[in-house]
Amino acid sequence: MTRFSLIALALSASLLSSTAFAQQPTPLLAQACAGCHGQSGEGEGAIARIAGYDREAFVKIWQEFRENSRPATIMNRIAPGYTDEEVQILADYFASIQ
Amino acid sequence: MTILTRRSFGALIGASAATLAAPSLLRANSTGRLVIIGGGCGGASAARFARINYPEVEVTLIEPYPTIITCPYGNLILGGKRTLPQITHSYDGLRARGVTVLQDRAADIDPVAKTVRLASGGDLGYDKLIVSPGIGLRWGAIEGYDEAAAQIFPHAWMGGDGSQITLLRQQLEALPEGGVVGLAIPGNPFRCPPGPYERISMIAHYLKQANPTAKILAFDAKEGFSKQGLFQDTWAELYGDMIEWIPGNQDGKIVRVDVENKLFISEFGEEHRVDVGNVIAPQYAAAIVRDTGLADESGWVPVNSRTFAAAAASDIHVIGDANIAAPLPKSGYIANSTSKTAVAAALADVTGRPAPSDPVYFNTCYSHGGAEYGFSVVGVFRPTDEGFAETPDSGGVSPRGPLSELAENRRLEASYADAWYDSITRDMFS
Repeated sequence: MTRFSLIALALSASLLSSTAFAQQPTPLLAQACAGCHGQSGEGEGAIARIAGYDREAFVKIWQEFRENSRPATIMNRIAPGYTDEEVQILADYFASIQ
Repeated sequence: MTILTRRSFGALIGASAATLAAPSLLRANSTGRLVIIGGGCGGASAARFARINYPEVEVTLIEPYPTIITCPYGNLILGGKRTLPQITHSYDGLRARGVTVLQDRAADIDPVAKTVRLASGGDLGYDKLIVSPGIGLRWGAIEGYDEAAAQIFPHAWMGGDGSQITLLRQQLEALPEGGVVGLAIPGNPFRCPPGPYERISMIAHYLKQANPTAKILAFDAKEGFSKQGLFQDTWAELYGDMIEWIPGNQDGKIVRVDVENKLFISEFGEEHRVDVGNVIAPQYAAAIVRDTGLADESGWVPVNSRTFAAAAASDIHVIGDANIAAPLPKSGYIANSTSKTAVAAALADVTGRPAPSDPVYFNTCYSHGGAEYGFSVVGVFRPTDEGFAETPDSGGVSPRGPLSELAENRRLEASYADAWYDSITRDMFS
């Protein structure tokens, strides 16, 4: 590894850590998602990544789960349990994670 | 225990100065001291969540065992799908986050002085206390079933040092050809409502390969159980006539055991000889909350449904299996989910940050019925003025139907269950 790439790595590491530091805390509501989808929605094994998910798409897919019009095992049972307002909070949060 | 009234933070200084705190806890610049009793699914989740979200607060976790063996996935050891090391987790991850982990037992709580007496000696002061002590077994509730009897008929219902689940596994391996495995299953409430039935399935999964003429007799004090239809479909589809479930109204309630003669004795005096006996004994909350008066006459702890503060002491929040929170199940996921609300509510006073306004409690319990065969129950719950309620028109169980139509669904849910275990244990112990 060249000296330049080492510096670049150090810079990117510090940028990453400062970004992580600035990131708003996970809404309590979204904590439940970590049970399956990983700490920051990064996905786990066969379970989908939801970090960085497009906000509009998140809301649309949630609605499809709610109406049971999208193939699912358990999301179609979870989705009807949350209000539109709560879904917006989840969509905003997961869209905000890079 | 005296009833504790809410005190201002400033008034606590005198009490805490008199406390013999562990030296490692005497850190400068902390906003407050959160002490957590119990390093299981609830307590570990609380400690981790507190360190991440409230770094200004000192967090001390009191746990008697050096490592934690999870109850979730314990049944898979019986099925041969997991080994003990695969469900054993260290507290190093929490230590690395700055949690002070004391390998000790909480012997008593003084809610006025706000101290926890450690079994090793000394008192630990707290500003807020989270108690996640789990269950205790009601020794003697089934006549003849005490700690000595559990060495013959294991309960294997608490992780502990792993010896109980290991003993049961060894007994299954030594089962004579065509032998009988008996299970005694308690009435509600008890830890992990689908757990006994997943256990039946995993034992059958093992025996189908190792001892296919063996029988499983499941004696139940109840007439119905969690995910009943799904389990009974599974048993019929995968295990033929190996399993017989005997409900309470068909004399399924076991009231006495005779370990010397390997007998289960029912309410109406029927004697059943078993080669292996698994007694999932009736339960109540662990001793620490019963001995200190936090539990009521039921043996479980009434709590506020928004904060999990104990009815008897507002600075003590009781989470996990020990509290009264029906219809929330006594599950690891609920312990994890509610721990975060409890911490946020407890530390609002201490840090001045807002308390949770409209908490939602979330649960999914996956069960393994066989190889690549999983299903689940989902619940989304909210506090009400009276307690807790399931959110209408949500949650519920996996679809039922012939395996030929649902094989892919069952396979997916089994793989999601594995991913859930990996994800949620990271949310607890990493």
